[in-house]
Amino acid sequence: MRAAVVTFPGSNCDRDLRVAMESVFGVPVRALWHGERDLPKLDLVALPGGFSYGDYLRAGAIAARSPIMAEIVRFARRGGLVLGICNGFQILTEAGLLPGALVRNRGLRFLCRTVDLEVTTTASPFTAAYGEVRHIRLPIAHHDGNYVIDQDGLARLEGEGQIAFRYRDNPNGSTAAIAGVLNRERNVLGLMPHPERAADPRLGNTDGVPLFRSLLEAVHGAGS
Amino acid sequence: MNAPPITDELIAAHGLSAEEYRRIRELLGRTPTIEELGVFAVMWSEHCSYKSSKRHLRKLPTEAPWVVCGPGENAGVVRVGAGKVAVFKMESHNHPSFIEPYQGAATGVGGILRDVFTMGARPVALLDALRFGDPSHPRTRYLLNGVVAGIAGYGNCVGVPTVGGETGFHPAYDRNILVNVMCVGLADEERVFYARAAGVGNPLLYVGAKTGRDGIHGATMASASFGADAEVQRPTVQVGDPFTEKLLLEACLELMARDVVVAVQDMGAAGITSSSLEMAARGGLGVVLDLDAVPLRETGMSAYEILLSESQERMLMVLKAGCEAEAKAVFAKWELDCAVIGRLTDDGRLRAYHRGRLVADLPIAPLTEEAPVYARPATPPKPPLPFRPDPEALSIDPDAALLRLLASPELASKRWIFEQYDHQVMADTVRGPGGDAAVVRIHGTDRGLALTTDCTPVYCAADPRTGGRQAVAEAYRNLCAVGARPLAITNCLNFASPERPEVMGQFEAAVEGMAEACRALRFPVVSGNVSFYNETEGRGILPTPQIGGLGVLEDLELRVDLALGEEGLVLLLLGESRGWLGQSLFQQMLLGREEGAPPPVDLAAEARHGAFVRELAKDRLLCACHDLSRGGLAVAAAEMCLAGGRGARLEAPPPHLAPAAWWFGEDQGRYLLAVRPEEAEAVEVRARELGIAIARVGRSGGDALILEPAPPISLQRLEQAYESWLPAYAEEPQGGLEDQRDAHGGPGA
Repeated sequence: MRAAVVTFPGSNCDRDLRVAMESVFGVPVRALWHGERDLPKLDLVALPGGFSYGDYLRAGAIAARSPIMAEIVRFARRGGLVLGICNGFQILTEAGLLPGALVRNRGLRFLCRTVDLEVTTTASPFTAAYGEVRHIRLPIAHHDGNYVIDQDGLARLEGEGQIAFRYRDNPNGSTAAIAGVLNRERNVLGLMPHPERAADPRLGNTDGVPLFRSLLEAVHGAGS
Repeated sequence: MNAPPITDELIAAHGLSAEEYRRIRELLGRTPTIEELGVFAVMWSEHCSYKSSKRHLRKLPTEAPWVVCGPGENAGVVRVGAGKVAVFKMESHNHPSFIEPYQGAATGVGGILRDVFTMGARPVALLDALRFGDPSHPRTRYLLNGVVAGIAGYGNCVGVPTVGGETGFHPAYDRNILVNVMCVGLADEERVFYARAAGVGNPLLYVGAKTGRDGIHGATMASASFGADAEVQRPTVQVGDPFTEKLLLEACLELMARDVVVAVQDMGAAGITSSSLEMAARGGLGVVLDLDAVPLRETGMSAYEILLSESQERMLMVLKAGCEAEAKAVFAKWELDCAVIGRLTDDGRLRAYHRGRLVADLPIAPLTEEAPVYARPATPPKPPLPFRPDPEALSIDPDAALLRLLASPELASKRWIFEQYDHQVMADTVRGPGGDAAVVRIHGTDRGLALTTDCTPVYCAADPRTGGRQAVAEAYRNLCAVGARPLAITNCLNFASPERPEVMGQFEAAVEGMAEACRALRFPVVSGNVSFYNETEGRGILPTPQIGGLGVLEDLELRVDLALGEEGLVLLLLGESRGWLGQSLFQQMLLGREEGAPPPVDLAAEARHGAFVRELAKDRLLCACHDLSRGGLAVAAAEMCLAGGRGARLEAPPPHLAPAAWWFGEDQGRYLLAVRPEEAEAVEVRARELGIAIARVGRSGGDALILEPAPPISLQRLEQAYESWLPAYAEEPQGGLEDQRDAHGGPGA
């Protein structure tokens, strides 16, 4: 597994994500600086949570225009695996790799809690390892996690099975309780919940581990 | 610019007394320039000089074998094992938060974060101790919303988890709220940086945000009481930029990992002036500043404004000579401004040049060391009158009373607050808000830091000495309750005006009580701050010596939680119950009175009980544990039930105590333990061998809490009482002017 986590100015879950990925992948995960213009040979690029550029414009809008993002868009178009968590999800929608947008939570407040989720599809390299497990709990921590998409877009997501996770008790007002979406080609996933905060028995929750294991199996084949 | 003449009005406007001005003239041998007057005003302000508190703070013990650095630096440093040190401090941002709650609280977080990473430590946890006025006061809801949003907006963006704290309400804080923020960082012991300048000729590097006109004389503002027009001071409050803080944090730690930095100091109160002065003073050196080199946000700033600006997110570093290019490359990567703005000299003076003119030429030692020290007159506090309740008032239905207490502003769940804080970022939060103490893993190890903030202001008001003891003892107890070994404390001593003898009397007594507790519990003070002048139009706050406690868990496997998870556990009450109701929450909420003396604190028993609980934790005998504090036994049991989603049956009160005294008495030094039935007797025997009172008071089980002989209270009803008050209160639209203001000024994802 050749994986990397990008650090944008203001990213703050980059270390957490690397630690979680390394614990599942069993190999070092590279740290990439947003200003780099070339990607090394990779199987997976992950965009972490945080407040890139302070979210002073729309969340993720400036980071989506970082030099490295042009490369990541090309990488995704060639079929490379791209994962965006929280602010990373916002960046992926701003970069046009995922449909829809993320706006302020319905309650207008930042919300940090562990929520119940439904794994909506296991037909993806990000969710296959959830198998029969359809009900999981993952932490959320965001101010702008309210996913919006128009009726046609929603119909397409539903028709193509692109909704990866749904909230069971919609905490932020997202359209159709969507917590995570895939692109049509299913090689790009964005989600608001933080699987990297649920990948360590010491923290009392390991429901995020199958997401990373899915990726490992997708790259190396099941049984790795 | 023509220098204005130094008039009496100008001196008074700087908060200097006539006597202080006379001393300044004597030290200089001439009339100061306006810039020099400004520098003296800040350095000799209460906020920077501790002139009223210094004599008393010396009474606090500051040493222990595990203390690496006590008070006097940016933060205290203690060893926590595995070659690591914890660097921590608490600071107040009370005055600015009342004037402008969002920015006041946000910059409070920013300032304390810088105090910690200035020392080369990565911040790993934040805690907030907040006091607001009466919930029915028209401004309280606005202040609550603004302060919480400000803390969230800043801490969440920087990416440091807010793992704990406490929030209280009392009419004494109507016009003077308290915002005390504690930050804890971790560093390798041999990589701690101090703010001690060294090396004549070494460059002073300015890093971070540009300097603007904001916050000039914030320290002076924080050193005076409010009049009726506190809001007019809004322009003296700084504006926070957490994004720049995050960049500054990463850039500084990256640079400090290399061998180029001699000393660092953040620019807090009085900005460039105090940071350069304090570093030079600690190293016994001088400094020459070129104010034209300072990166400015606005044009036309005067030397006076540049010297005294309190713009946030700025740092001053002493670099090794010749390392400027390496440092600049790191800051350029993080897109931060930096500039060499001066050098160290050997003449012991601060000299500042602006547009070719020498605007300040001051001897450093007198500015920092010969600041006035006052032995302010103090009236010893009057002993409280005893609480003599009508026996009928104490014969109550415990179930109804418990529900009242759980729904009180003091005890009600603070979930509405802590869910606005990211308490999980950094993925090391083992126990977040809601426990006795938060527990944060020391990254990459199996050890943990236990963290708590504590103070009971009504106790302090009734008897400041006992209140000071109690605040320290409760922090100690909260750390023991999770199985941690208490190591040291930080504090924010929030009081009214020290110019009133009764306030000085409260202060002296509270510090004495704290000192006694710290000595008895081997729990030294390693950092802290004093915030006086928390009063408006002569009405002061309750004395609030807020304690921030830090302990270590050598093995996270041995952590104990308050959650009552299993059926059939035996509940043991550790410590003696005399049914103390003086200053209790029961009295306040059900009788509408605040009378009597606070519960006495037996420090020897406190130490003995704490050590015993830690031993039980180490021997894995505790399935759950909770300290008893406000609301006593019934509230502690309810909190354990709610945390674990499990009911319990508690036996009827012993015949010698009135029901209210048994269920809601606030005797100190007590814990409620849950142990397996087959191990209960062994625990009791061990306690009795040590002379510790212990009693079986009930068993876990079912889905209701039963306080015999009262009818059961379902967990659902308990939860409803506990969880409903705060969200309903905080989000209720009221239509008042204050409420319509946008308290959510910050951005955020």
